[in-house]
Amino acid sequence: MSLTKSILEGNRLALARLLTQVENDLTEGHSSLAELFPYTGKAHLIGVTGAPGTGKSSLVNQLALQYRKTTNKKVAIIAVDPSSPFTGGAVLGDRVRMRDLSGDEGVFIRSMASRGSLGGVAQKTASIVQVFDAAGYEIIIIETVGAGQSEVDVARLAHTTVVVEAPGLGDEIQAIKAGILEIADVLVINKADRPGVENTERALRSTLKLGHPVKRVFRHHGKTMAVDAPTTDPHFWIPPIVKTVATEGKGLNELVEAIAKHAAHLDQSGDRVARDRARLQSEMEILLQGALMNRFLEHIPQEQYGELLEKVFSRNISPSEAVKFLLNGNPK
Amino acid sequence: MTDRKIRVLVAKPGLDGHDRGAKVVARALRDAGMEVIYTGLRQTPEMIAEAALQEDVDVVGLSILSGAHMALAPRILELLKKNGQDQVRVFIGGIIPDEDMPRLKEMGITGIYGPGASTDEIIRDVREAVK
Ligand code: B12
Ligand SMILES: Nc1nc2c(ncn2[C@@H]2O[C@H](COP(=O)(O)OP(=O)(O)O)[C@@H](O)[C@H]2O)c(=O)[nH]1
Ligand SMILES: [Mg+2]
Repeated sequence: MSLTKSILEGNRLALARLLTQVENDLTEGHSSLAELFPYTGKAHLIGVTGAPGTGKSSLVNQLALQYRKTTNKKVAIIAVDPSSPFTGGAVLGDRVRMRDLSGDEGVFIRSMASRGSLGGVAQKTASIVQVFDAAGYEIIIIETVGAGQSEVDVARLAHTTVVVEAPGLGDEIQAIKAGILEIADVLVINKADRPGVENTERALRSTLKLGHPVKRVFRHHGKTMAVDAPTTDPHFWIPPIVKTVATEGKGLNELVEAIAKHAAHLDQSGDRVARDRARLQSEMEILLQGALMNRFLEHIPQEQYGELLEKVFSRNISPSEAVKFLLNGNPK
Repeated sequence: MTDRKIRVLVAKPGLDGHDRGAKVVARALRDAGMEVIYTGLRQTPEMIAEAALQEDVDVVGLSILSGAHMALAPRILELLKKNGQDQVRVFIGGIIPDEDMPRLKEMGITGIYGPGASTDEIIRDVREAVK
């Protein structure tokens, strides 16, 4: 039986094997991925990001438990951890916090090494998501590396991006400066059992005000009046702040509700469709670039290409002139 | 095509809390360029087999210092087989008396290591086993 057929029938070993093929970009995986593609597009993708130690893995564990308790949807978790830039190896330790999920056939956890990607997820995470989506996992949770600086790739991939903060991680302003709040659809203050929650919440609220339209004050008939922000704009969404204690499962109802509200907002505003289209278009265009490049290089003598590269290395011609030369036969 | 990374699950079955050896080995394998999934303490054989399946690992490494290896190892091998993962190589480290080694090997354990085992040797054996 083909791998894809087994996967569609719910075979977990077949699923695990395809995930490996896809992660390693093996040719067998390409055709399976293509066969599965028509079955994708049903899952809700939740990205969970935030600095290391804020409790992402613990929260993902609880979130999956909550979905399993309150729905009959299957849940997939993709947990990304960094690869060593020196050896290419990795220790993937997120499962340590997800032991409550074992024994449930409706949950599938896959650890992934970032393999040199800097955007918080691995290059192949998007394809891994497609496999889970086709396999009928309607909730897919992606835990990012959590480097804290530029985890923007997850926001491009996920429908709902959950940014996790925790009190007492030092400089609140730092996290806010890093711009991670700009990608948040839902903000979580985890470790709400710890002192300093109020400070973290205040810092978050004031930054949200800077980044989003708020009540505007202006003069009218000689009086100062406050007018609500333009909430009629269907694309307008203010990230709610949810407080959780992941180690005790507190605040999870609220978190699931906030994610559901955001999902409904995506549907009503048309943003879900727009995001999906943009993502698929960019996925196709990246592949097209690679394919065009390969085809072009096939038709050019390697020697000639090497000579041209040398001219660029020796600063004889600029890279842009070299490209013009390759395309037109002269550098103009 | 990228090279296929060796994926290893390092697990601590049973109630044994000695986790230094498991962590040392996990780090050594990482430094050798492998991707190591670490499950943490107190794993049942069922949990280990389930993780091995989801992660599609090439190797399962068990760290057992409690003396319960003769009960845990066969159960884990049996579950791997039941799940269709016969090709997965299983390594054990920890406190394993010499007299138990032949029987463990017979069951299908690929490598056994005690206190002071060289991590270079472990790395070499893992690479050899997944060839
Ligand atoms: C440190 C230690 C502890 C520490 C553990 C700290 C920790 N977080 O790990 C503490 C003090 C907590 C402790 C407690 C106990 N300990 Co203690 N402990 C030791 C000791 C002295 C060293 C273990 C160690 O960390 N070694 C360093 C690491 C790096 O070596 P390693 O684990 O052997 O790993 C190497 C190899 O075995 C192998 N390896 C290990 N795992 C793996 C996995 C794979 C996949 C591979 C390939 C290789 C591999 O490679 C490693 C590198 O060389 C040993 C004695 C000894 N010399 O081994 C006793 C020992 C293991 N403990 C023992 C006992 C009895 C206990 C207690 C029950 C004592 C008590 N009555 O309370 C408790 C139980 C704790 C528990 N919850 O399980 C006994 C076990 C007896 C037995 N199995 O028959 C030992 C052997 C001491 C003895 N001679 O009696 N212990
Ligand atoms: N006090 C407290 N500790 C927590 C909470 N959530 C997670 N932790 C602890 O924080 C540490 C890091 O958690 P982990 O989930 O691994 O964080 P990650 O690195 O962001 O994935 C662990 O020791 C957890 O037990 C919480 O709500 N309250
Ligand atoms: Mg984590």
